[in-house]
Amino acid sequence: MVSALQERMQKSFVEHVSEELLTDCMRCGFCLPACPTYLMTDQDEAHSPRGRISLMKALRDGQVLWDGSIEDSLDVCLGCRACEPACPAGVQYGTLLEEARHAVLDAKRPGIKEKVVRKIVFDGLFADQKKMKRTVELIRFYQATGIQKVARVSGVMKLLPKQMSEMERVLPPIRQKLKPAKPNQTYKVAFFTGCLMDTMFQETNSRTIELLEMAGYEVNIPEDQQCCGALHGHSGEVPKAKKNAEKNILAFNHQDYDFIVQNAGGCGAFLSEYGKLLDTDEARVFSDKIVDISTLLMKAGFDRQLNAVSKEAQAVVTYQDSCHLRNVNGVWEAPRTLIGSAPGFTFIEMPNAAGCCGSAGIYNLLQPEMSGKILAEKMKGVKQVGPSVIVTSNPGCLLQMKVGIEREGLAGQMEAVHIVDFLYESMKTTTKGAR
Amino acid sequence: MEWMDSLKKVVGSDHVRTSSAHLLAYSYDATAGFQAMPDAVVSPGSTEEIRQIMEICREHQVPLVPRGSGTNLAAGTAPTSGGVVLLFNRMNRILELDEDNLCVRVQPGVLTLDLCDYVEGRGLFYPPDPSSMKISTIGGNVSENSGGLRGLKYGVTKDYVLGLTAVLPNGQVIKTGGKLAKDVAGYDLKALLVGAEGTLGVITEILLKLIPKPEHQRTGIAYFQSLEAAAATVSEIISKRIIPATLEFLDRGTMDAVERFMDLGLPEEAEAMLLIEQDGEAGQVERDLSAMIDISVRNGAVITAVAETEEEAGQLKAGRRAALSALARKRPTTILEDATVPRSEIANMVRKIREIAERNQVEIHTFGHAGDGNLHPTCLTDIRDNEEMVRVERAFAEIFEAAIDLGGTITGEHGVGEMKSPYLQWKIGDEGIELMKTIKQAIDPLNICNPGKMFAKANKPRVVVAHG
Repeated sequence: MVSALQERMQKSFVEHVSEELLTDCMRCGFCLPACPTYLMTDQDEAHSPRGRISLMKALRDGQVLWDGSIEDSLDVCLGCRACEPACPAGVQYGTLLEEARHAVLDAKRPGIKEKVVRKIVFDGLFADQKKMKRTVELIRFYQATGIQKVARVSGVMKLLPKQMSEMERVLPPIRQKLKPAKPNQTYKVAFFTGCLMDTMFQETNSRTIELLEMAGYEVNIPEDQQCCGALHGHSGEVPKAKKNAEKNILAFNHQDYDFIVQNAGGCGAFLSEYGKLLDTDEARVFSDKIVDISTLLMKAGFDRQLNAVSKEAQAVVTYQDSCHLRNVNGVWEAPRTLIGSAPGFTFIEMPNAAGCCGSAGIYNLLQPEMSGKILAEKMKGVKQVGPSVIVTSNPGCLLQMKVGIEREGLAGQMEAVHIVDFLYESMKTTTKGAR
Repeated sequence: MEWMDSLKKVVGSDHVRTSSAHLLAYSYDATAGFQAMPDAVVSPGSTEEIRQIMEICREHQVPLVPRGSGTNLAAGTAPTSGGVVLLFNRMNRILELDEDNLCVRVQPGVLTLDLCDYVEGRGLFYPPDPSSMKISTIGGNVSENSGGLRGLKYGVTKDYVLGLTAVLPNGQVIKTGGKLAKDVAGYDLKALLVGAEGTLGVITEILLKLIPKPEHQRTGIAYFQSLEAAAATVSEIISKRIIPATLEFLDRGTMDAVERFMDLGLPEEAEAMLLIEQDGEAGQVERDLSAMIDISVRNGAVITAVAETEEEAGQLKAGRRAALSALARKRPTTILEDATVPRSEIANMVRKIREIAERNQVEIHTFGHAGDGNLHPTCLTDIRDNEEMVRVERAFAEIFEAAIDLGGTITGEHGVGEMKSPYLQWKIGDEGIELMKTIKQAIDPLNICNPGKMFAKANKPRVVVAHG
C-alpha cells in the first residue's frame, strides 16, 4: 500500500530532481572507487554515487517507494563530490544530491532530532551573521572567563550531543575585529569572510588580509555579506540558500573587484556555483570572480617569497584536501606548492589526502558513526606520515582534524592549522630570517 | 520465505540484504535498458557458504546471479529473472603469491587494478586490463573472459587462468587445473568455466599465471585526417611483424568526448587517432616505437608524438579507458557493441560502421582495440524515443551481420549476456546453439545459474543488408 508520504515523495522528486541530469549517468561504475562511503561500507552499492543516482531515478519514476533504507542511502552521502572528477560522463552529482535532498525535505517534515540540529544550525546560526556573532560573543565570554575549563571538567557540555561537545573542545579562542583595507594595490579583491571563519577563526581572517596585502592585493570587505548558503543547499534547504546567494550578489557584484577571495573551501565551491544555482548572468559574473586564497597567493608568486629563505627542514608538514576546493574547483596543487615552500618544513603527502575527512558540513553531527569511521581511517594515514602540522583549507576540515588528533591522543605531537595561519607563521619566520 | 531464512542461517543475517534500497541498487549493471529487482543480495564468506547457497537455490528453484562490481556491458549481471544476487565483497583477498611457479591465487572479489599493482610491486605482470580495471573484479573478468588494451600482444583473461575452484549447480565443488604449464588430463573444464558468464556454476577461487614485468614501456600517439588512414596504419604495423602492447583507435566524436572529460589537448582538426604502446627490452621498445611512428607518418599521420613521462602516458591511456563513459555526455543513452573482425579487416569494418550509421540515421562513434580487430561502435541515443530505438536496433543488427560477413564475431570481450543472446545463433549456428544448450542442460538442468543469459527465448532473424 502506498502511503501519503510515499505519494508526496514521488511527486516531489518529479518536481525537484532533473530527469536530464539523472540520465547523464550511464552506470559504468567508474565513480565507485572514488566514493568514501562505498569503500567504508565494504562496497555497498546502495552507498555509492551510482546506487544513489539509481535510487533517485527509481523514486522519480515510481519504481520504488520511499522508505527508511532509501533515506539512509541519501543521508549517508557525505556530499564530498569525489565522484565528479572521477566521472567521464560529467554527471553533476552535487546538483542531483541537492535536488534530491530538497525533494525529500519538501515532502516530509524533518524528524525531531534532525529538526533540533537544523533549527540551531540553519535558522539560528548560519542564516544570520548577527546571531552567529551573538553566539560567538557568548563563546568568547565563556572562553575569557575560564568557564570553558570548568565546563570541560564538570561535563556541562555533555548536555549537548557528544559530537557538539567534542567540537567545542577544539574550538579556537576568538579574537579581535578585522582591520580596514590598505588602498592602491595592483588588484582589487573583495574578501568573503565566511560565517565560521569570521567568528570562530577571526584571527585567521585578519591574517588572510595581511597575507593578501603582503602579496600586493587591495583587500576590501563588503558589508552586508551573508553566509554563503552551502550548508543550507547541501541539506536541501534550497530556497534559503538562494536567498543568501541573492543577498551576497547584491553585496559584492556592484563593486569593481577583480576577484572575490575566500579562505574556506566549502564556501568557495558553493559561491562558485551561484551561477548554476540562480541561473542568472549576474550570478555567473559573481561566480566567475570567486577564487581561493592559495590560488591568489600563487598568482602573486608568494611561493617564491617563501622560498627566498632557505632554512633546514626540521619538521614534517602534510595537507588534508578540502573536498570541495579539490573536487569542485579543481584546486589541489596551489596549497601543496605553498606549503612545500615554507622554510623549516618538509612536505610529505599523506595517503588518501584527497579523501574526505568526514566533516562534510554538519555531517559529523548528523551521521556521527560513519563520520567517525572515516576519520579513524584518515588518522591511520596521518600516523603513517607522522607530521607535526596538518594543514587544511576549510574550517570544517580544520575542526575535524583537530577532533581526530584529540581522539587519537596525539595532541602533544601534532596540530591541525588553517593554511593561512601556517603561511602567516612561515612568512614571519622568513622575514625574521631576512633581517 | 523459507529459503530466505535458510540463506540467513548460512551467511548470517547481516549478509543477506533485502531493503528496497539494496534490491534497487543491485537491479542493474552498466548495460542500458536492462533492470530487474532481485529478491535478496547475499555476501558469502567462503566456498563452503556458496556451496550451501547453491543447495538452497536448487532446492527452492531460486535463480543465482554472481556479480562482481556490476560493470558488465551485455546485461550479464542484471538479475532479470530475480532471485539471489551473489556478491564477492567479503571474498576479496589475495591468498598466495607463488614466485617459484609465477602464479597468484586469489578470491573472485579482488579488484583487477589492485591485483596488477600488487604483482607489479614484486616485479611481476598480470596483463589483462579491461577499461574498467579500476573497479572490475577478477571473478567478473574470468566469468566474462575479459580482454583489454593489451590483448593484441598478451592475450585475454583465459590465457592467464591456470586453475579454478567452482561450485557446480548440483552442489559439488570442483577444482580444475593447477600450478601447471601443461595439463591435458581430460576435458579442459577450466576453459569451459572461463567466459561461461556464471551460467554453469559459481567460480570461488582463481589461480592466475604471471609473467615477468616488462623492463621498459613507451607510449606514442598519431593523429590522422581520415579513419581510413588510421586503419591502414594498423594493417601495415601488423604486416611489418610488429606486435605492439597496445594499438588503440579513437574517432573524432570519441576524441571530443574524452577531451571534454580530461582536457588532454587532442588536436581539433584530426579525424582519428591511434594510441600506440610497446613494452619489453629498452632497445627493442625504442626501435618498434619509432618504426610505428614512421609507418603512421607514411600513411598520412598529421601529428605524431611520444609521451615524455610515465605520467603523460598514463593520462593518454586513462583517456582511452574513459572513452565509453565520456561519450555518455552527449546523449541520454549510450549503447555499445564489441563486434570484432580479423585485424586485416579493420579498415573495412570501420567504413561499414559509418555507412550503417548514415543509412539508419543514428549517431555512432567508434573506438577500440584496433590492433586485435576488436572495435567498440557506440551508439548515442535516447531509450525513451521508441522510433529512434528501432533504428538503433536495426543498425546494430547490421553491424553484427557485417562483422560476421568479414569473418568476425558479435562480441570480442564483453560477453553475450542477455543483450546479445538473440544474435548468438548468427555466429555459432544452430549446431553451436544445440551443443551449448546440451552442455548447459547437463550441468544446470534446473536452470538456476544466471538464467536468461547466453540463450535467447527466440533467435533474431538475420537481416538482409543492402550491400554496396
